[in-house]
Amino acid sequence: MSDSFVKIENLARRHPAPKEGAPLVVFERVNFSMSKGEFVCIIGHSGCGKSTLLNVLAGLDQASEGAVIMDGREVSGPSLDRGVIFQNHSLLPWKSALKNVSFAVQSRWRDWSRAKVREHSQRYLDLVGLGSVGARRPAQLSGGMRQRVGIARAFAIQPKLLLMDEPFGALDALTRGMVQEELIRVWQQTQQTVFMITHDVDEAILLADRVLLMTNGPNARIAESVMIDIPRPRERTQIIHRPEYYAIRNHLVEFLVKRSKTWREQFPDDDDAREPVLVRPGLDAAPAARTDSPH
Amino acid sequence: MAPSSLPLRAAILSLLLLAILLGAWELAVQPPANTHGARVPGPSKIFEHAVNELSDPFYDAGPNDKGIGLQLAYSIARVLSGYLLAAMMAIPAGFVIGMSPLWRRALDPYIQVLKPISPLAWMPLALYVIKDSATSAIFVIFICSIWPMLINTAFGVASVRRDYINVARTHELSPLATALQVILPAAAPTILTGMRISIGISWLVIVAAEMLVGGTGIGYYVWNEWNNLNLASVIFSIIMIGLVGMLLDQLLAYAQGLVQYED
Repeated sequence: MSDSFVKIENLARRHPAPKEGAPLVVFERVNFSMSKGEFVCIIGHSGCGKSTLLNVLAGLDQASEGAVIMDGREVSGPSLDRGVIFQNHSLLPWKSALKNVSFAVQSRWRDWSRAKVREHSQRYLDLVGLGSVGARRPAQLSGGMRQRVGIARAFAIQPKLLLMDEPFGALDALTRGMVQEELIRVWQQTQQTVFMITHDVDEAILLADRVLLMTNGPNARIAESVMIDIPRPRERTQIIHRPEYYAIRNHLVEFLVKRSKTWREQFPDDDDAREPVLVRPGLDAAPAARTDSPH
Repeated sequence: MAPSSLPLRAAILSLLLLAILLGAWELAVQPPANTHGARVPGPSKIFEHAVNELSDPFYDAGPNDKGIGLQLAYSIARVLSGYLLAAMMAIPAGFVIGMSPLWRRALDPYIQVLKPISPLAWMPLALYVIKDSATSAIFVIFICSIWPMLINTAFGVASVRRDYINVARTHELSPLATALQVILPAAAPTILTGMRISIGISWLVIVAAEMLVGGTGIGYYVWNEWNNLNLASVIFSIIMIGLVGMLLDQLLAYAQGLVQYED
């Protein structure tokens, strides 16, 4: 991909060894890229280093090796160019919902007038359907509403790249579905580039253009890059009737259950800094004649 | 019968207890017919005295004859000067200690040794160095109110959630903006708790300090009235000390309510 907007080159994160012995490698040889406007999900088991990877992309953590290049410049330290939605909403509890958004907007555009900041923030609260509860503090909002305020805050600063660390992990299934739809809507209106961690396979298929599969840690790698060849707009109730859906879903589940453990043994020494293999289980399934996939 | 509210029933019970207490006190101090001599005055006498004192609380008839309001004002002024001075030092210092593990470890032994010293133990040294009794009393208030504020600020700042700091970092807040917009409001409830403990201790200590340095203030007044064997005045002063202490505490409790947030 020559038009890559975000490029991750040979990234590694190691923790120094406690005493002698080898250092603990969280992940290494991570290479991938994202084009502008792309929605990329990464899935893998807990503890495989997804959050560490996201923190490195955000600039909150430092890589031991390699580089993150965004829009032609290397990432060093956190920046308003990369919005982050954390696992647990992380709204400031002493500020109202609107103030949580406008605080971010004000730090993005420091020369804006108070009225302009307010108007812009209100617009993004409206966008997530919370226009009328701006005066409430996070403690007075439900879990789903808090997460939506977090989404409004992240989108309001119009970052070049939006990073989300299992944003819906703490929500119940019904609320999650609703907030996911909200997210798709906002994403389609803003054409934001998104990198999102999840371990919900259905969520990844619903949201992503492409899903990166991460092997189990330590020494985690990105094993494959799976295209989600399902046309948009996607409806939760519609996509499950498409033949591609199950081909993709099975591929992802199979990876999580089996191959995430054994992948490293199959490919023990691939020292080259190449991007993960691109697979398209959806395309294979699309023809009417259903043959078993070549994998 | 309609069930009355809990606050109402509690108020009734409170008044009942007061009536019993005052009644018992009044009965206990009734002199037996055939004795005479000094006795603890009963509530009625003290009430009489209180009405008399409070009708003109701010009169000033020379060094040994000032109204109760004036004496309390001297004490409050001393407490506030020492306390505010302490807050001005303890809160910034607590910020530094809370943010820096190095400073925390380096200063911890000093804090641990200085904290348990009775503030009055500093009095001779203060008198010798400062050479002014009124300022020495302020210094004693300063030294006793600094520790709870320092320790609570450091603790509050050190335990600000990592998430909030990350929010500040991803929004490119400067260190100063992070301190003022994120850390300070996050730690404010803990800091206010320290300030509330400090004002309580200050009010406890000022009475003792003024008994030592003399001149003016409610502590001096109590001691002076004891020397005059005016027990009604002593008891009345004790009640006033309690009321003012409660007022100071309520002020800080109100401020605490303003910065409190639900996580």
